[in-house]
Amino acid sequence: MVANAELFDLSIAHMDCDAFYASVEKRDDPSLADKPVIIGGGKRGVVSTACYIARIRGVRSAMPMFQALKLCPEAVIIKPRMDVYVEVSRQIRAMMEDLTPAIQPLSLDEAFMDLGGTARLHGAPPAVMLARLTKRMKSELGLTGSIGLSHNKFLAKVASDLEKPRGFSVIGKAETGAFLHDKPVRLIWGIGPSAQESLDRAGIRTFSDLLRWDRLALSGRFGSMGDRLWHLARGEDKRRVSAHEPVKSISNETTFHEDTGDPDILDGHIWRLAEKVSDRAKARGLAGRVVTLKLKRANHTTLTRRVTLREPTQIADTIYRTARAVFDQSAQQAPFRLIGTGLSDLCSASEANFSGDLLDPQAARRAQAERAADTLRGRFGASAIVKGRALR
Amino acid sequence: MKISIERGALLKAVAQAQSVVERRNTIPILANVLIEAEGDTVQFRATDLDIEVVDKAPAQVERAGATTVAATTLHEIVRKLPDGALVTLSADSAAGRLSVEAGRSSFSLATLPREDFPVMASSEYQSNFSAPAKVLRRLFDKSKFAISTEETRYYLNGVYMHVSDGDGGRVLRCVATDGHRLARIDADLPQGAEDMPGVIVPRKTVGELRKLLEDDDMAIAVSVSETKVRFATPDITLTSKVIDGTFPDYTRVIPQGNTKRLEVDASEFAQAVDRVATVSSERSRAVKLQLDEDRLILSVNAPDSGAAEEELAVAYGDERLDIGFNAKYLLEIASQVDRENAVFLFNSSGDPTLMREGNDETAVYVVMPMRV
Repeated sequence: MVANAELFDLSIAHMDCDAFYASVEKRDDPSLADKPVIIGGGKRGVVSTACYIARIRGVRSAMPMFQALKLCPEAVIIKPRMDVYVEVSRQIRAMMEDLTPAIQPLSLDEAFMDLGGTARLHGAPPAVMLARLTKRMKSELGLTGSIGLSHNKFLAKVASDLEKPRGFSVIGKAETGAFLHDKPVRLIWGIGPSAQESLDRAGIRTFSDLLRWDRLALSGRFGSMGDRLWHLARGEDKRRVSAHEPVKSISNETTFHEDTGDPDILDGHIWRLAEKVSDRAKARGLAGRVVTLKLKRANHTTLTRRVTLREPTQIADTIYRTARAVFDQSAQQAPFRLIGTGLSDLCSASEANFSGDLLDPQAARRAQAERAADTLRGRFGASAIVKGRALR
Repeated sequence: MKISIERGALLKAVAQAQSVVERRNTIPILANVLIEAEGDTVQFRATDLDIEVVDKAPAQVERAGATTVAATTLHEIVRKLPDGALVTLSADSAAGRLSVEAGRSSFSLATLPREDFPVMASSEYQSNFSAPAKVLRRLFDKSKFAISTEETRYYLNGVYMHVSDGDGGRVLRCVATDGHRLARIDADLPQGAEDMPGVIVPRKTVGELRKLLEDDDMAIAVSVSETKVRFATPDITLTSKVIDGTFPDYTRVIPQGNTKRLEVDASEFAQAVDRVATVSSERSRAVKLQLDEDRLILSVNAPDSGAAEEELAVAYGDERLDIGFNAKYLLEIASQVDRENAVFLFNSSGDPTLMREGNDETAVYVVMPMRV
């Protein structure tokens, strides 16, 4: 493990599972153990996770599948089994909850944890507890993760990435300046290619370049990002590990194997997506007032249409009908390669009292039927009852 | 072109024109007003391609002609000129400028050639009739609050003006609904309107029309075709395309069998609703009505902000009923009542409720309840 003078004083951690989806697949099918495995959808899709063997060949997340296959033709491609990953993620979360209630998940396979003040409770400092966490993940779940431990979120996340896989890296306060000095600024989460470009133009490549700028000049040139950069350059990040990051929107999308303009097929997709969005809203007790339909055309241009409803909804039928009406207005732009629906302007479902629709007296009954179907699915599984529409 | 015109007359004419002009415009000429001077009148014309307004005013025309100039700029200038000023507009087409002079002020505005200005094609109207401003004002004022803003049901984005069978024979009827509330207003059928095709008058047109209807006794000339509608006073002509769509069959929406009758002073009711709704949640605005023998309890219970309750003495003789509504909808329909008590007719807490003024069947409102 690591030696660091501050090792037992640091309490902000970032845990990132190693090649999460691929590791789950390898765990569940040992014959995959020494094969390159890529998780992703179809020949038109993109790589969502590549195992470390595939990564050695140059395969990366978000790479188009055909390119990945060129680099690694013998790779085993597996369609993501989201329900399994969600379940495993929940198990990991439960283990983290044994350490601290202050957990901020960033996705299924990574989360921030604040272990401040837990040393007395556990009788061991955070560093020890985190080491136990990864050990437990390995023994009970057969999965590995990398830990970054530091004095704030920014550095914890940077640290977890230093020695992947199975890493445990620590950045102490004293060494922060020296550590960052010649590191590139693209290390900062949220600095994408376009931000990188504008930083390049200002001659900023490394953290030491940033240190040469004074605070006003940075915020003058880069706005609110400038001020944040000034702090990060000094290894400062005041953001708290917040367990309750409010959800701003819920959306789902799907990319087709082949571009399609077939209204029946698209209708089926709109329904399934509406149902997924609705399921997630119901699971979280949320309702939304804005329904979004996203369409990507064959030439990759994206069309996004938003409709504001009079009252918030979480009902799949309403989301579907709204998205469908908007779709009908854009259908002549077909064929499409991707379709998505979303729900935003969210509020608690208890506020989503709805007054029925005078012109659509059946709407209330359909909503009732949907809730009845939800109850059945809750009891007998998601496929206990499906709409004919969903089978198209 | 060179004209002199009194500031008040000019302001009135330009104000009407500039309100039709869309603030955000991709076609520059549509931001302009077309000024045409001939004989002893000057005419201002503005359009957003769906609505066209033409406003005439008397002026001293020294040199006939026409030009176009930015409507909002001209309006702003005239608005800021002192009352009673004599304004001179003279166009220099070679320089592409319009000079505006009044007293010691002078302005020079950029113009665009009149030839570029789109003039709405005239059409054949199937029906021409005249109606007093007062009658049209009531028809549209009492219905427009229910117009929908939902783009997906674009055919609800206006007032459906048509001829129908009312209580005492054929009527001129205006209906608007957004699916949550509905207004149905009737007026005696004006002579000559019998064959009028039903048209959906767009929301913006309804707003512009309102400005023509201030003078109670003014006779408004109405012309209707399948695609256009025109309202005219001697000075102003408002022409508009109508919404190309089918208005839904609203008759089946109006409840016939509601028997539970509540009679209440409309303004007392509205004030009480307004008061309790202060604590309602921003999104749902739900207000609960508890009806019992001659007693109405209005209440709001919003977990996040608080609770409120108010009791009203009312006339109610049916069985106990609890029903919820969106406070905004209740306020809007209650504020339509101006002479008599508001009469609500309920069926159950899940069915549409009907509201009218006393026993007046010429103004009927329907509102959907809300789960509370």
